Amino acid sequence: MSTDAAPAGTAAAPGETPSQTVGPYLHIGLPWPEGPFAVSPETPGAIRLHGIVRDGAGDPIPDALVESWQADPDGGFAHVARRPDATDHHQRPFPSFRGFGRSATDADGRFAIVTLKPGPVPWPSDLPADGPPPIRQAPHVDLSIFARGLLHRVVTRCYFGDEPAANERDPVLRAIDPARRETLIATPTADGYRLDIHLQGPDETVFFAL
Amino acid sequence: MHDDTPTDEHARLILPRWRESPPGTHPPLDAPAYRSTALRHPRRQLDRLPQTLTEVTGPRFSFRRVEAGEEDLTAQHDGEPLGERIVVHGRVLDGDGRPVPETLVEIWQANAAGRYRHAGDRHPAPLDPHFTGVGRCITDAEGRYRFVTIKPGAYPWGNHHNAWRPAHIHFSLLGRAFTQRLVSQMYFPGDPLFAFDPIWGSVSDPRIRERMVSAFDLDQSLPGRALAYRWDIILRGPAATPIDPHHS
Ligand SMILES: [Fe+3]
Repeated sequence: MSTDAAPAGTAAAPGETPSQTVGPYLHIGLPWPEGPFAVSPETPGAIRLHGIVRDGAGDPIPDALVESWQADPDGGFAHVARRPDATDHHQRPFPSFRGFGRSATDADGRFAIVTLKPGPVPWPSDLPADGPPPIRQAPHVDLSIFARGLLHRVVTRCYFGDEPAANERDPVLRAIDPARRETLIATPTADGYRLDIHLQGPDETVFFAL
Repeated sequence: MHDDTPTDEHARLILPRWRESPPGTHPPLDAPAYRSTALRHPRRQLDRLPQTLTEVTGPRFSFRRVEAGEEDLTAQHDGEPLGERIVVHGRVLDGDGRPVPETLVEIWQANAAGRYRHAGDRHPAPLDPHFTGVGRCITDAEGRYRFVTIKPGAYPWGNHHNAWRPAHIHFSLLGRAFTQRLVSQMYFPGDPLFAFDPIWGSVSDPRIRERMVSAFDLDQSLPGRALAYRWDIILRGPAATPIDPHHS
């Protein structure tokens, strides 16, 4: 291992490394067997969050990757990974919940992540929002989409169609053109929720700059 | 010291935040010379996502995801892969030059002949039974990572007539927050194909582009065994600590 003492960046802060596309062969490198499981599928309340990623012609994208990051049903984050053999000081309410899911799309552009429905997440006190604090965000899942032809990931959020009251009050949703909010709202299905992602076109998903 | 643990004092939620990438750092989503972007880039203006708890936290897989040996791509089969053995190493830092420790680094690449072990790769170059081309490791406390692999070959692709990708290794970094997630490609110094590659050229500022090029590193080369290349990866840095408007 390198033992050079002078840490890079002490003289001048180094510039950020640019993003590049995952390319067409992401399937050899990024999928993990457990990737699509943000929680063990036997967990009570486990849901499938699934959909199809499509391009501007409406065609499914078979070389895309969807990653999810979200709160647990209590609104908490599995922020710090623990050693598998560690004994927890605090009883964790959702022991197998990782908060993170990763699903490559299949030949039909389909992705699916097994997870728990998140709880409401507090809104930071120092950000503007209409309404008296404390303000809670509606349950949501952050999504990153990578693909051949995407030089940088695109970021979106998934909200839940059976939370109309919470969605109505959510500061992020409220800031979006009402005609386009639907692109972020997943439809309840028999085993979970469905959210299709349109990278381009008349139904283009709302994507965010972070 | 930047502490990335959210605080919730007096029921007021004040979060650490991540600064925006300076303009020109990342390639535009619409890059006509790279034809696959045509139908895959959003045409609408991006909305701004405020950095809330969801965005300033992120997954940590420091102890669970990587198995011993995943950092040596030359030792994953019974025999040695063909090609030029190399060490690829460096540090993962944030934009303030601080190490990003215990974060997952994943790589995937073509073999020495420029062929990926992927059903979709039609390049008529040989597969290597002793090379998969996938590696993972976790950065140490100083943000260091290190792989042993084979120098990948350049390969042709269908973007335009006589299109060849410069030799590269795909890198994926989780970082420590959703905002820090990065996928990039590491290139090799002095590649004559740079001038003809629209993916490389999608970063228009030549000085910024150079950040994707590794440096030959004789010091870390293994005598009689492998040349080394060093590539430091710089993720987004923290913004200045926010002022709590209720406390001033
Ligand atoms: Fe490639």
